[in-house]
Amino acid sequence: MAQLSLKNIKKSFGDTSVLHGISLDVMDGEFISLVGQSGCGKSTLLRIIAGLEQPDSGDVLIDGKSMLDAAPKDRNIAMVFQDYALYPHMSVGENMAMPLVMAKLPLYARLPVMRRITPAGRNAQPEIRAGVEKVAKQLRIDHLLDRKPAQLSGGQRQRVALGRALVRDPQTFLMDEPLSNLDAKLRVQVRTEITELHASSGLTFIYVTHDQVEAMTMSSRVALLQTGRLLQVGTPNDLFADPETLDVAQFIGSPEINITVGESQNGQVIIGETAIPIALDTTGPIQIGIRPETICIPNVSGLVAAHTATQGHMLKFEKRLVEDLGPEILIHGAFAHAPENIVRIRAQKSDTYGGAGTFAQSNALDVMLNPNQLLFFGPDGKRLRPDFSTAKRAETV
Amino acid sequence: MADISSPPAVPTWFDRIKPKSVGRFVTTVLLFLGAWIMVFPFIWMISSSLKPTDEVYDADFSLIPRTFKGFENYYAVIFDQPYLIFLMNSMIVCTGILVIQLLTAIPAAYALAKLKFRGSTILFGTVIAAITIPINVTSIPLYIGLVRVGLLDTYFAMMFPFIVSVFAIFLFRQFFRSFPDSIIRAARVDGFSEIEIILRLILPAAVPAIAAFSVFSFVAHWNDLYWPLIVVQSQDKMTATLSMMQYQSMFDTDYGRTYASATVVTAPMVIAFLFARRLFIRGITMTGVKG
Repeated sequence: MAQLSLKNIKKSFGDTSVLHGISLDVMDGEFISLVGQSGCGKSTLLRIIAGLEQPDSGDVLIDGKSMLDAAPKDRNIAMVFQDYALYPHMSVGENMAMPLVMAKLPLYARLPVMRRITPAGRNAQPEIRAGVEKVAKQLRIDHLLDRKPAQLSGGQRQRVALGRALVRDPQTFLMDEPLSNLDAKLRVQVRTEITELHASSGLTFIYVTHDQVEAMTMSSRVALLQTGRLLQVGTPNDLFADPETLDVAQFIGSPEINITVGESQNGQVIIGETAIPIALDTTGPIQIGIRPETICIPNVSGLVAAHTATQGHMLKFEKRLVEDLGPEILIHGAFAHAPENIVRIRAQKSDTYGGAGTFAQSNALDVMLNPNQLLFFGPDGKRLRPDFSTAKRAETV
Repeated sequence: MADISSPPAVPTWFDRIKPKSVGRFVTTVLLFLGAWIMVFPFIWMISSSLKPTDEVYDADFSLIPRTFKGFENYYAVIFDQPYLIFLMNSMIVCTGILVIQLLTAIPAAYALAKLKFRGSTILFGTVIAAITIPINVTSIPLYIGLVRVGLLDTYFAMMFPFIVSVFAIFLFRQFFRSFPDSIIRAARVDGFSEIEIILRLILPAAVPAIAAFSVFSFVAHWNDLYWPLIVVQSQDKMTATLSMMQYQSMFDTDYGRTYASATVVTAPMVIAFLFARRLFIRGITMTGVKG
């Protein structure tokens, strides 16, 4: 079984430092996503795990053994690439057979003709064919085995790439943005297939993506990277509901979390003209994160109240633009105390939603905040926790 | 507006070649002139190969020979000397050079294009710099070296200066760079060795580049007169191109036969080019465009 540990991995290309000491433990059978903006080092980290790049310092352990001197093929891993990386002049069957050919045949028997005439090649042939056919059937690409990659659609190529990775029966599955070249509809479908594959195979999956939705929906744990540092590792809900830093809060969640300024003094948090009795360990200016779906608009009919907090605190809001998303609407605007700072509110429609006319009366709205759902950050972006326990807030979200 | 009821005019031959505008006419004339400049030496060569020597540099020049000596000239070139041996020598030398050039250039180009190692930039700079060094610079030390080891007048001596082509390294390196890195990474994960990556993945993709370079190299060394003239001493090692020089001496040059010889030597390459024309043109045009 494969338990993977990264110990203080550092890597730089020339003068550019890409990874600043990453330590991460991946449990056996886990589906972990490495997520972050492009250029944050997530793909480099994956390549270091695969053995395609060498770290400048640090160690990669698989089942407690250092893998730094092991070639990629000896690490018992398989990798799926963003552009599928199929061998263009080989048929689908040949593509999928390649890892087995490389693993099972000695060098001299791998050559195209030698595979048919040498005893070693002939003996391994049925086994290789059986392996390819089994995986092809599993992925429903057995009718494509004679085609060339150029004759396949994007989704089919993606399956072949998965098949080529599966065929050698790896312990760890590395995926580098495998869905980003697919169209939106297919992406959702393959996403489900990959999740099912993980569930049925029980292998360790390490999945790199820049799309937080993919990371949140597929993985058992998410590791969020930014500029070569791990910001936070946890379950999708941990990262969403209990972020350690402002950066994490801003990366996770769509639409992005609203940030507004406030002040903490004498056991109170002051936002604009509203004082909320929450005791923080600090005095002075703070940043307050408010998820778009936690802001309630109580006095407008046609919207479902986001929360039923009785001790909600009212705030003046100025509406500028309303987007209809189907089941819900997205209201762009700003709080009265910070008009430059765009704030988005996501509100669920109810049966009585009256279209654009709902807000016809006025641009000024009174909105309500639930103090339990506010996230507080210091000026340095570090999370400030009020006195009541985090567990209680996680329940209410 | 043409009357639709009248039958369309049958185009005459003149209609087909009639220029559509003055600009087109000028362009056509210029292209004709250019083509003539290219083709004229060949026409002159063929014309002269049919003449006796004294007529070749006659003051009143004419393309049609007054005295037809074509049979004698060509008979002498093809049958009075071991023409087939010369052709075979040329084939051996050109093929040998090409094979060794490919064997050395492809791995070197792969390393420069796709492998990361200390000093690769400097090495590539050296390759570029080496393109500018002409054979004339190195020929004297090479000649002296070959004399010392006693290898003058051998196939080895004829091939030796050309077995590493920096131009090929440069050309292939540029071509290999466009090969997707992810496929190479996938191959490494699948267990390919670097040599297998070259043989199984890069080579099949690089066929147009290799074909183009092969034509360049083969033609260049087939036509090369300079180096064989230096190292070849005996007739049985002469290349086809070098054999033309046999009709020249200090006192007398048989120009008719020299030109006949030139025609016969050029012919195989021209015929080969006619067959490989499409490959050749594709090879040139593909440079810079991802295949």
